[in-house]
Amino acid sequence: MSSIATREAPRGFSFAEYMTCLGGIVWREGLRFLHQRERFVSALVRPLVWLFIFAAGFRQVLGISIIPPYETYILYEVYIAPGLMAMIQLFNGMQSSLSMVYDREMGNMRTLLVSPLPRGFLLFCKLLAGTAVSLLQVYAFLLIAWLWDITPPPQGYLTVLPALILSGLMLGSLGMLISSGIKQLENFAGVMNFVIFPMFFASSALYPLWRVQEGSPYLYYLCEANPFTHAVELIRFALYGQVNWISLAVVATCTIVFMIGAILAYDPSRGLARRGPAGGEA
Amino acid sequence: MTSPAPIAEAQETPRTGTAAVPALSIDGVSHSYGPRRALMDVSFSVQPASFTALLGLNGAGKSTLFSLITRLFGIQSGRVGIFGHDVSKSPGEALRLLGVVFQPRTLDLDLSLTQNLLYHAALHGIGRREASARSTELLGRIGLADRAASKVRDLSGGQMRRLEIARALLHRPRLLLLDEPTVGLDVKARADIISHVRQLVTEQGIGVLWATHLFDEILADDDLVVLHQGKVLAQGPMSRVIAEAGAQDVNTAFMRLTGAKTMPGGGA
Repeated sequence: MSSIATREAPRGFSFAEYMTCLGGIVWREGLRFLHQRERFVSALVRPLVWLFIFAAGFRQVLGISIIPPYETYILYEVYIAPGLMAMIQLFNGMQSSLSMVYDREMGNMRTLLVSPLPRGFLLFCKLLAGTAVSLLQVYAFLLIAWLWDITPPPQGYLTVLPALILSGLMLGSLGMLISSGIKQLENFAGVMNFVIFPMFFASSALYPLWRVQEGSPYLYYLCEANPFTHAVELIRFALYGQVNWISLAVVATCTIVFMIGAILAYDPSRGLARRGPAGGEA
Repeated sequence: MTSPAPIAEAQETPRTGTAAVPALSIDGVSHSYGPRRALMDVSFSVQPASFTALLGLNGAGKSTLFSLITRLFGIQSGRVGIFGHDVSKSPGEALRLLGVVFQPRTLDLDLSLTQNLLYHAALHGIGRREASARSTELLGRIGLADRAASKVRDLSGGQMRRLEIARALLHRPRLLLLDEPTVGLDVKARADIISHVRQLVTEQGIGVLWATHLFDEILADDDLVVLHQGKVLAQGPMSRVIAEAGAQDVNTAFMRLTGAKTMPGGGA
């Protein structure tokens, strides 16, 4: 009896309702991910190609001196593992935002946006869900890497988790921010070229920055300014049970800025406005 | 658990406490896409337990109006209220009372029927146990209980529409919007959906706004809103609209109301 009667007065939403909503969004994202086996396989193959082929080939070329957080000489494979973990998240972040553009064009996004909960919260849930999916991928990669003799300390698998969540959120909200500026799905290939590749290569993922500095000071500054570098370093240190405070500060700040930007910039009428009423009705 | 109760309640409430508050009120709403004006000073209302048909040709502005009511677009001018809750000022309270079936399909094709329903329930903050109970009940009501675990992809167009309507009812809204829900369906599926929705109006007291360009979906007792090129040309019970236009049927009435304006452009 009470359910209808109380609806008349504004009653807001309880904490349990927020959590149910969050749980539902993460659950659905997980289901969709599991249904897309190719996506999982390609998400794993990409870093493994780097690990098995690229790193093996470069092992002899690039000598790595002892730099923190490492305490001994390490193989090149060990060096690039954190970079590849961040790469998984970078691709996943962009892919999630790609699927948001797709959802928006296909109409699925409407299901999410007509939820009565605040829109900012819904988008935040979407980001968390994307991050959760990236965690599955990263841990699957770590398992294979472990078989390949990349063996961080056992507690590292746990200490890296918060770092991965933060970097996943940062890269996810960057993707969302970019997707809000994309009018159509077809423009996404450009994002790959102009965002993913420069971010990945101009970072400490593949080579330590002191090496870069020897080659080109300008590139070094560029790498230092690249948030992706800090995501990589945050993960690298966390994997060895340490905190890189500068990277933590940079990643945390970027996460907040990107997320607020993405939520503010996310305009569902974009795409719909141009395609919906014009293309959908006529 | 209390499955029969909400129906009884819903029948009572519109007649008692909230009789004066329309299920949906559109007040002087205008909208433009850049220079193109899609809606001009549109006003009308939908009463609880009524079937209101929003009749207009393609491009009349029906989908724009739906996007405004559901808060997909920001409202540029005017006011939209759902049971008195302003969509711009308190969207949460307004959307909670609203169920929508959009014109494009918005189901997850790779998920099962139940999974689609549970996802929707979660978006409305409905806990898992309650959501499962309601899903089972609604799937039974639309005759798809045995397909609960199938993927939506394997359903026919009519079944998908029925599922979308069931989904829109999952959080027990008191206003239901349907944007050309019968487009692309065969005669049987169309008839099924129309009678199902009309049943919701009479049995559960839900206010329905049904956008269409098909005259034969409207009955004499229905409220009618004629939308043409972004403007409301006529509104009221269908019989009155026809009489005022000096016509015999809704088809002629519509042509009289819009005819002069459509002639030069050759349709919308």
